[in-house]
Amino acid sequence: MTTMPFEDLERAYDDLAAAIDRVGPSGEALLLAKLALLLAQRLDGIATFRESLAVALEDLPVAG
Amino acid sequence: MRPAGRGPLESLYFHYPHFSARPVPELDGQTITHPVAIVGGGPVGMTAALALARYGIRSVLLDRKPTFNDGSRATCIARASYHIFEQIGAVAPFLAKSLGWRRGRSFFRGREIYRFDMPHSDDEKYLPMYNLQQQYLEQYLWDAVARSPLIDARWESEVSAIAEQPDGVRLRIETPLGAYPLTAQYVLAADGARSAVRGLLGLRLQGENYEGRYVIADVRMEHDYPTERRALFDPASNPGGTVLIHKQPDNIWRVDYQLRDGESAEAAVEEANIRARVGAILKDIGHDKPWELEWWSIYTANTLCLDDYTHGRTIFIGDSAHIVPIFGVRGLNNGLADAFNIGWKLGYVLGGQAGAGLLDSYTPERRGATLDVFANASKSARFMTPPTRGVALMRAAVLSLALRHDFVRRFVDPRLMVPYTYRETLGETARRRDSEFSGGAVAGSACVNAHLADGSYLLDHVGTGFAGLYFSDGAPLDPALAARLGALDPRFTLVTIAAPGAAAPAGAIADPHGTVSRRLAAGPGSFYLLRPDMHVAGRWRRLEATEVTDVLALALGRSQGRTG
Repeated sequence: MTTMPFEDLERAYDDLAAAIDRVGPSGEALLLAKLALLLAQRLDGIATFRESLAVALEDLPVAG
Repeated sequence: MRPAGRGPLESLYFHYPHFSARPVPELDGQTITHPVAIVGGGPVGMTAALALARYGIRSVLLDRKPTFNDGSRATCIARASYHIFEQIGAVAPFLAKSLGWRRGRSFFRGREIYRFDMPHSDDEKYLPMYNLQQQYLEQYLWDAVARSPLIDARWESEVSAIAEQPDGVRLRIETPLGAYPLTAQYVLAADGARSAVRGLLGLRLQGENYEGRYVIADVRMEHDYPTERRALFDPASNPGGTVLIHKQPDNIWRVDYQLRDGESAEAAVEEANIRARVGAILKDIGHDKPWELEWWSIYTANTLCLDDYTHGRTIFIGDSAHIVPIFGVRGLNNGLADAFNIGWKLGYVLGGQAGAGLLDSYTPERRGATLDVFANASKSARFMTPPTRGVALMRAAVLSLALRHDFVRRFVDPRLMVPYTYRETLGETARRRDSEFSGGAVAGSACVNAHLADGSYLLDHVGTGFAGLYFSDGAPLDPALAARLGALDPRFTLVTIAAPGAAAPAGAIADPHGTVSRRLAAGPGSFYLLRPDMHVAGRWRRLEATEVTDVLALALGRSQGRTG
């Protein structure tokens, strides 16, 4: 799997931040869920998605 | 429930008959052992009685009410159920009255996001789905029951006690004319979700309850829209919730809508609230003319079933054995399949044509079907009524994407009922030979149909018992094998299909364009063994005579087949 050059990752970071600001708190969860589904659909299988999800869950508190 | 001022049976369009308890021999102290007592005279109980009658078995059909079930309840009847109605001699009025359909559309905030078209072709005798109010369904089954000399129907007859005996079951029946004991070799409990028999035996349904609650309302209105399933997600008239709309005969429309979080069930079923919510939905779909409220009810999705559908000589069929979510229309349709499954098996056992071991296949087959329903219907229920914030968010993401993108649209598919494939009860031989085919009707499945050159359908020719579909290689089936199969099952029907393009020998089905062999992935010498319910018991690319008799013997609950 090829890795995105850091410069592009920076652009993704900024684009995503701008998109979150654009939809605001009421739309940000929906935006991120849609984006995750779109990216998941471009993967070859579920494994990469699950690994990424596990990494994303690291160091996050569990809702009580 | 019905609007204020109308009694529970005062329908806008249906006249409920009244059936009274009548004197029966047991009230005079006579002792009769009935072959089968069926508790519950709803669609499932009546279908079981008619299936038994098809195999010459008498039954007593008991119902505690003096008439049919009130309100419309189940409305979507699947193709497989129409095949059952045909087999029990009741299909004609269903075809005359019901509305057939095969399409559905889903909308998100008023925009169409998904369309489905259920598989259908000229080779099918019936459409994938039909809409018909449950009271008509009960009326048409009742008309067939009333015609049968083998069914002793007893209304206003409630079971108050049940006791297992070594060779049968003893029930206590309460009627307005008095109480009496009733004995039967077998009891079929078709007494619904709140089964009295289940309670009396101390059995409990196991499984899950879902959060989402729906109101089901029937209205009468002049409304122009094709017969298809409409699902509205997050419509203006029910923000955040879901609405389902179905057309039924007599200008009756079924409107199901999801209650909002925090909305109490008590308030939701108050007539004023029903009128306000339904009125808003009808306005939403462009109906601004008058409408009348017929009937309503409240519903929660559950996936609950018994661990074993058989308890000694008492066998549970329909909602008494399993409660499934409405999404996917499997409640009634699976109940009817239960009834026909146990009907032919009990018919064969009581008629002496099968060993009692045949009944052991009922639970694995029909509970297997229930668990399969749970897997599908749970997905549907989770999509229709998201149980958690996370599921709700993901559903919102899917619906939003579905406005423009195909790849998520399958999430919206209602996963409507298809007949279950009975793999659990296949023997080793049937499994091994099955794997030699590519395509056709797999072992255990409901056999596919085919439109024949003379206008009839393949499955019109299979008779009432087991049947063999023999794809001729020019010669007829070995008469010795035909005789052995006939000795195992006196009802055995042999259907010979001529090779594509070849002249049909006497009594054989011509297959000039190879339709039948293509539908069944068969070649010269292939053989399908069908059960009385038209599920495939086994199939051979090239016939193996001893294996066929062995598989038939196994399917009859006998240990080995080389008899007679």
